[in-house]
Amino acid sequence: MIKSGLSISSITKKIIMALLGLFLIVFLLVHLGINLFILPICEDHAEMYTAAAHFMSTNWIVKVFEVILMAAFLIHIYYGIVLQIQNWIARGSIRYKSRNKTTTSFMSKYVIYTGLLIFMFLLLHFYNFYFIKLGLVSAPKAAKIPLPQEEHFYELIVWLFTNDMIFSIIYIIAFIVLGIHLKHAFEAAFQTLGLNHSKYTPVINAIGTIYSIIVPLGFIIIPVYFILFV
Amino acid sequence: MKIKLKIWRQKNAKTKGIFVNYSLDDVSPEMSFLEMLDALNTKLIEEGGDPVAFDHDCREGICGCCSLYINGHPHGPGEKTTTCELHIRSFKDGETIVIEPWRAKSFPVIKDLIVDRNAFDKIIAAGGFISVGTGSASEANSILAKKEHADEAFDSASCIGCGACVAACKNASAMLFVSAKISQLALLPQGKVEAMERVEAMVAKMDELGFGNCTNTYACEAECPKGIKITNIARMNRHFIGAKIGSQIKQ
Repeated sequence: MIKSGLSISSITKKIIMALLGLFLIVFLLVHLGINLFILPICEDHAEMYTAAAHFMSTNWIVKVFEVILMAAFLIHIYYGIVLQIQNWIARGSIRYKSRNKTTTSFMSKYVIYTGLLIFMFLLLHFYNFYFIKLGLVSAPKAAKIPLPQEEHFYELIVWLFTNDMIFSIIYIIAFIVLGIHLKHAFEAAFQTLGLNHSKYTPVINAIGTIYSIIVPLGFIIIPVYFILFV
Repeated sequence: MKIKLKIWRQKNAKTKGIFVNYSLDDVSPEMSFLEMLDALNTKLIEEGGDPVAFDHDCREGICGCCSLYINGHPHGPGEKTTTCELHIRSFKDGETIVIEPWRAKSFPVIKDLIVDRNAFDKIIAAGGFISVGTGSASEANSILAKKEHADEAFDSASCIGCGACVAACKNASAMLFVSAKISQLALLPQGKVEAMERVEAMVAKMDELGFGNCTNTYACEAECPKGIKITNIARMNRHFIGAKIGSQIKQ
């Protein structure tokens, strides 16, 4: 299967990446929607967050969706790496000696590196939450999270953001990097799918810009709130 | 004007290349870039040295023969300019000009600044044509084409196949070239007939020859001497999807 995954056309690989990327973009909105309940936006926000987290970990439709989501992440990352390696090889053994001076956007040039940083954050994120849910690791002892720990993510989050400044900083940086990744990725996904139009492309680009600022900012507000007000 | 040159010299595809420094003391700002190289070569020949090999033909920006990666830009600084259209007045007195060949695995160096661009011909041979019987020209109004489509096809057809897109792309991707060649045919009624087979065949050949994958940085569009637009790449992707899911004829 891996072999056939490699031999498919360059454009097919790009289309797979674009479709999965757009899928992950939609998922991120759902994730943000739930996360915002961590903030005191209403009186019983903590209960609502826990209820949402409970629903996400028990509902069978969500469980099926979770498998699809993991596959989407892995395939998106896999093809990102495959395409990058092919691209490095395509330049040949001798690279340019003079620095390239072509005007291109910073976001587009470093998309593989922002992707790599996001992947590292994803591993940390899994270690902190998802692996606890799977029962692979347990929360830090100092946090004194009662059992079953997957039912007490709210307490864990509050503990992490209020006790671990480094965690909060990594979290904030990760979402700035994600914003940079998405600014390019959003537009690029539509271009790769062939959806380029004199009238609609500027609209898509504008939505992409708004999304890549608002959504990461939504995630960043949470640790900032705990740093400043708790 | 005085200029310093740092030029990539390489005997052939198998030997290792190095930069060699030259200086020219008496160049006119009105000289074209290639005339300046001619002057250098005359000097080298007079001194009994080996002249610098570089590609050139029409010297009026239409043949696609000239190349050269000059100071970090394919075809040098300046928008929509081929190297032959570049003039010494674009540089400062005493400036060091670094000249390299196109760098891509699919464009191996033949000698000095000349690279083998046969890969582009191979892509065209894979499907960049229409299959019609030759004969006398048919009546021009018998096949109707929309003005907008004819204009767009013409814009795509203005690609001279120089390879600056590959040279500029950080991934050495040929997608701007391939998409322009696909578009110039697919936009017109005569080319539309084989559009599906064409896109599949040309993309497959492009992959086989080892060009990179587009990561939408649009460096190609920024450096293209003919202003070929990335909308061509979107069109190619669109046609590719159409061909993969809609192609009904299978051998």
